[in-house]
Amino acid sequence: MLSQKILDELKKIVGPDNVATDRQDLICYGYDATQMEFLPDAVVHPGSTDEVAAVLKLANAAKFPVFPRGAGSGFTGGALPKGGGVVLVVTRLNRILRIDTENLIAEVEPGVVTEQFQQEVEKLGLFYPPDPASLKFSTLGGNVAENAGGPRCVKYGVTRDFVMGLEVVLPTGEIIRTGGETYKGVVGYDLTRLLCGSEGTLGVITKIIFKLLPLPEAKKTMLTIFDSIDGAAKAVSTIIGNKIIPTTLEFMDYATLQCVNKRFSLGIPDNGRAVLLIEVDGDRDLIEKQATRIQELIKPLGLVECKIAKDAAESEALWKVRRLVSPSLRDVNPDKFNEDIVVPRSKVPDVIRVIEKIQQRYDIPIVNFGHAGDGNIHVNVMIDKSVPGQEEKAHKAIAEIFQAALDLNGTMSGEHGVGLAKQPYIHLELKPAQVAAMQAIKQALDPNNILNPGKMFPVGQQCAPE
Amino acid sequence: MENKNKNSEALKRIESELKKCVKCGACRAHCPAFATFGKEPAVARGKVALAQHLLKGDIELDDATYSAMSKCLLCGSCVEKCPNNVPTDEIVMVAREALSNQRGLTTFHSAVGRVIANRSLMKFGAAAARILGPLFFRKVPETSGLRLRFPLPFVGGKRHIPPLAKKPFLERHPEVIPGEPGKPRIVYFVGCMTNFCYPQVGEAALALFRHLGCTVIIPKNQQCCGLPGMSGGDLDTVRELAEANLAALEKYEADYIMTACATCGGALHKFYPNLIGKRHPALAARLKAVADKTVDAAQLLHKLGLKPEETGAGNEVRITYHDPCHLRTRAITSQPRELLRGAPGIELAEMEGADKCCGLGGTFNVYHYESSLAINKMKSAAIIKTGAQAVATGCPGCMMQLSDGLKQHGSSVQVVHTLQVLARRLLKS
Repeated sequence: MLSQKILDELKKIVGPDNVATDRQDLICYGYDATQMEFLPDAVVHPGSTDEVAAVLKLANAAKFPVFPRGAGSGFTGGALPKGGGVVLVVTRLNRILRIDTENLIAEVEPGVVTEQFQQEVEKLGLFYPPDPASLKFSTLGGNVAENAGGPRCVKYGVTRDFVMGLEVVLPTGEIIRTGGETYKGVVGYDLTRLLCGSEGTLGVITKIIFKLLPLPEAKKTMLTIFDSIDGAAKAVSTIIGNKIIPTTLEFMDYATLQCVNKRFSLGIPDNGRAVLLIEVDGDRDLIEKQATRIQELIKPLGLVECKIAKDAAESEALWKVRRLVSPSLRDVNPDKFNEDIVVPRSKVPDVIRVIEKIQQRYDIPIVNFGHAGDGNIHVNVMIDKSVPGQEEKAHKAIAEIFQAALDLNGTMSGEHGVGLAKQPYIHLELKPAQVAAMQAIKQALDPNNILNPGKMFPVGQQCAPE
Repeated sequence: MENKNKNSEALKRIESELKKCVKCGACRAHCPAFATFGKEPAVARGKVALAQHLLKGDIELDDATYSAMSKCLLCGSCVEKCPNNVPTDEIVMVAREALSNQRGLTTFHSAVGRVIANRSLMKFGAAAARILGPLFFRKVPETSGLRLRFPLPFVGGKRHIPPLAKKPFLERHPEVIPGEPGKPRIVYFVGCMTNFCYPQVGEAALALFRHLGCTVIIPKNQQCCGLPGMSGGDLDTVRELAEANLAALEKYEADYIMTACATCGGALHKFYPNLIGKRHPALAARLKAVADKTVDAAQLLHKLGLKPEETGAGNEVRITYHDPCHLRTRAITSQPRELLRGAPGIELAEMEGADKCCGLGGTFNVYHYESSLAINKMKSAAIIKTGAQAVATGCPGCMMQLSDGLKQHGSSVQVVHTLQVLARRLLKS
């Protein structure tokens, strides 16, 4: 519980209108997309880096926890105030400070919404490729803190690959800058890369310098339907093996297609067992050639149908198939666990087969879709929490799914992070020495453990032996 | 105690809808109220969370809940874009109903309820406003103390209010205007804004449907649709109005019940069955029958195949179109555009964010005038940017808000109803 004195101090720092303690406000900053809820003691909306620094200095002196938060759209509870404390909302820091068309960089504040940033740079003929599914509402600060991915990652990489530098308030309240505006730079440790994906446990991001690319001239979208999951997976490796890197290679399995088809009748043929949504971008002539070549390459792999968009409207119609997946899932069961395992892309059919066996063993529906191009599969374990025993079954199934991904040289999270949701499983992937190294960094930067405490590392749980 | 039971009943009724929200945050991208207030209690996800906690009984119907629930324009953009189709607009209305049960209606909403429930009072009010309005609110300088003595939120400040009609639309025509045999019979639900402020919209509707040979029936005893009451949680008044309107609309055999007001259409088509029908099962089937027959004027003209065969006017005019929320949420977006494009001499120029709310939001703009203005400002800028001479829309409420915004921008862009454009361009004068 925060004392009145601390609340008064917070009000002095950010202004009384930017500190909220009504129960209604606490409720509204106690959830995210995980279905978990923890109420903070106060919600603070700073308007500058200095205010963020002052809040953290106060937190260190008075020893209360601070939980940085962007749009609160995370899937692992990374911004949830477990145990109470102050939720530090960065959405007032929402300015695009500059877009430098000469050096192809931009400097932004963390509360800028991802899509707005993309639109602004595209107006200048530039391109910021990271495109998490939440891009219309998630913030760039959250994207960096969670190292967000997205469909275009197969060609362009994840958020981290576009972060050149950061301004960060350390847990102790010092303001530092990492990286910079140059593509090269080897002085000291690479703190930029350490902070990307650190889930708000090592510092509060207050400014970001992004690398930009020239906006590709055109793109071409193809919806390809295969008679087997192996055909679709083989198509991915065949295309890339033939030195074409599409912008996206989105995949949907049979269970997903059944879900979507049931509600929206998309005209997927009866013998369609898997779908691959392929997009290529670049020079207009080049993408025509690439699209033709892709069709030749995938034809012998059990291709049932190939729809190619002629214009932006048709492209949007094809993407709609992919976008309808999420709303359709709820027809299967009301509650879902959305996990985001990654395996080397050639292992996608293997991991799908293992998941099918897990599904049969536990008798709960599992729907798979995601980014086949980089082996990142969204595994949706669909349950009804009101049915006794289903949640326990789901947790057991999830542990086995993670293990299957790890056995195939994969990882248990490609883009959602650990947060609270994946803590119980972290020992499957990280060995004690790795965890110790990570915790030593945390201890060095946050000696009083005030910034986003209780996240990422399970409290009092043994990690896997070396 | 009685109110408490009433509240928990109302909230229980939406329990399954509340469970659908998974707090993904998608609504943050589409909510105009969130765009101006910037804080989570203003967005759909926050309001759903608060309604969930109200249902659990662990928050009170106090000022903070009231404040959060008041920050909604009922524009439905969150509902449209929600992956799980959570009907936040209806949830907010139920929460407002609970708030009004608990705390009583606000003075303003109570006045609104009294006026909309009573046509003769409304007529009297309109007459009084027609005479007194200019005296009190137009010719009085903003700095005058007289304005300060009448701090009515909806007429204060710089607001431009349309002049009231000398003769309301409903008093101008007989109840039944026969058309050609075999052509559709249309019952026209006029709505208060058209009746008292924009009778020219009603005249355009009448002219167009008569041109198509339709029989147009304008029941004299039709009342306000009740949406202003609904937005304040005064569902008892809305039920009374719904019953009165049912009687008026059911009196004639009709192929269609037609509205040229997006808001009235939304009430008849969506909110009556979903809010009143669920509370009053005895009315449910009748409300559903009315809802099924309710069409928007542009939708119907499009369906009946209005063609640019005759022309009444010549000059080339560039027009832009604003989507009223209560047409957009019923997927009536292409028909008005196609009709406008088909009209001779009309160039349709799309504005940025044509589908975004104008900021009126029923009584939202009474309680949150500054935010309403901020939303309206973006809309005015988008309209002006198109270089259009006029902006057309399908909702008299939007017309008022758009006029207000444009006038405050010093713009000369005209605000018209789609039907006015069509009547002028397609009919011989």
